[in-house]
Amino acid sequence: MRSLIVRYPVADGVFRVLTTLTTAAVLGIVLWLLLGLVLKGAGDLSLAYLLTPPEASGLGGGISSVLVNTLLILSVCLLVVIPLGLACALFLTEMVSPASVAGQATGYCLDVLSGVPSIVFALFGYQLFAITLGLGFSIVAGGLTLACMALPLMVRTSQQAVLRVPADLVEAGHALSLSRAGMLRRVILPSARHGIAAGIVLSIGRTLAETAVLLFTAGYVLRLPGSLLDSGRALSVHIYDLAMHVPGGQPRAASAALVLVALIILTNLAVHRLLKTHRD
Amino acid sequence: MSLYPSDRWLSAALFGAAVLVGALLLGIVVTTLIGAWPVLAEIDVALFSVDWQPSTGHFGMLAMLVATLAVSLLALLLAAPLAVALAAWLNLYAPGVIQGPLRALYELLAGIPSVVYGLWGLIVLVPLVNQIAPPGASLITAALVVALMILPYGLLLADSDFRQVPTAQKQAAIATGLSPWGTFRCVYWPLCRGGIGRGMVLQFGRALGETMAVLMVAGNVVQLPTSLVAPVRTLTANIALEMGYASGDHRAALYLSGLLLLAIALGVMRLATGRGTP
Repeated sequence: MRSLIVRYPVADGVFRVLTTLTTAAVLGIVLWLLLGLVLKGAGDLSLAYLLTPPEASGLGGGISSVLVNTLLILSVCLLVVIPLGLACALFLTEMVSPASVAGQATGYCLDVLSGVPSIVFALFGYQLFAITLGLGFSIVAGGLTLACMALPLMVRTSQQAVLRVPADLVEAGHALSLSRAGMLRRVILPSARHGIAAGIVLSIGRTLAETAVLLFTAGYVLRLPGSLLDSGRALSVHIYDLAMHVPGGQPRAASAALVLVALIILTNLAVHRLLKTHRD
Repeated sequence: MSLYPSDRWLSAALFGAAVLVGALLLGIVVTTLIGAWPVLAEIDVALFSVDWQPSTGHFGMLAMLVATLAVSLLALLLAAPLAVALAAWLNLYAPGVIQGPLRALYELLAGIPSVVYGLWGLIVLVPLVNQIAPPGASLITAALVVALMILPYGLLLADSDFRQVPTAQKQAAIATGLSPWGTFRCVYWPLCRGGIGRGMVLQFGRALGETMAVLMVAGNVVQLPTSLVAPVRTLTANIALEMGYASGDHRAALYLSGLLLLAIALGVMRLATGRGTP
């Protein structure tokens, strides 16, 4: 049997060694990255760190107000991006065929939007929300700008979820002469809900990770906001500010970064769980 | 038309959402154009001069444009071969039990915020490069951090291409007794290189638009890069640094640089997907 096997004795060995070594090297760098952050920042982590307000520009105290700001910005963003993204996804799947002019045009706009650099979203949000609509540096302005950025992701993931709804369910709905609204409410949304939830969690992860968009829309203010029209500093902006603008702030930035990475890990786990349920 | 009156409202709402998506894209282009309007006539000066001194009204962007392209291109050159090698190992050599966890890890790395990669660069890489060539924050440091950021995306795209190779081809490779290298060279690579190439161009676009990591480790000196260890400032970092206090023509110049970035990013995307201009 051995004689049948096609071998490249030298190339095989080189290929195996090269790919194995690069994989090991990259995994090593990843470990280095995580260890670097843990060694710098884990010392300050505790429940109290999450629950006390920051002092001295973040050099002392915790990050409670920063977490509240992050949550508020995230809420504003989700409040806009979920209904809008879902509606657009349903427009693409239920109302028009992918080949139609409207379907093509909408898909084209979404693809282009997903390629727009985040700093350009920041310029747009600053001009439209902060200046023209008079919202200033505020939680609302930051959340709305983030919603614009996360929209293509939300639409595309919901669209995937709706497309996976079994055809026999849809046909049964049509056979019962359900209205389009009834179809959505009783057949499509219940059947696609785990996939849509995964899309929402993906958008949350994307939003938590974003920094550049918030620099001049939501701003830097560290204390608890009095209202949604106040400026509020998100976790990612807090990391940036501590690392670059506060002398001696880098270990504190690493602590905040560990919290952010933990949140991202949680969203990833949730997406995996939801997609698994969705497929089953 | 539908039999149900409620459906008309629903259809109108869904249609409205789609129109809003189009309006958003138009709004971004128009807003950036309006913002850049006061200095739009001087775009040739902006593009062909290296003299960026907002206080005296000099808005030459050439140095930052070159820095942007240099960081992105270097990052891509570093990340692309690694991405293919890691995807190949994952598909051809990795034991079955670790494939799932490894993919989950790569997905996690793709989701880690750029500000965290930037922080690591600042804490670990900058001091390291500083020992060899001060000040440490430089073109090569930025390229290394950006390469690490785009690597997981490129890797996941290549991996999904490899996984979409039809089962019949994979079975044929096994039946012919091809070794892993043979499978890669004769099956995976010919079938996937187009997709991988497009994926890498997309990653180049992502690198161009990257702001935070570059802002934190590139050094932010406006100059044409003369060496790999020279500190540079990219267009994105410049906007993030100066937008907070800019006014008048200075702000317009920042919008002009945003317009420039938008045009380059969409041009690159057009190259990768065939979309980006009608």
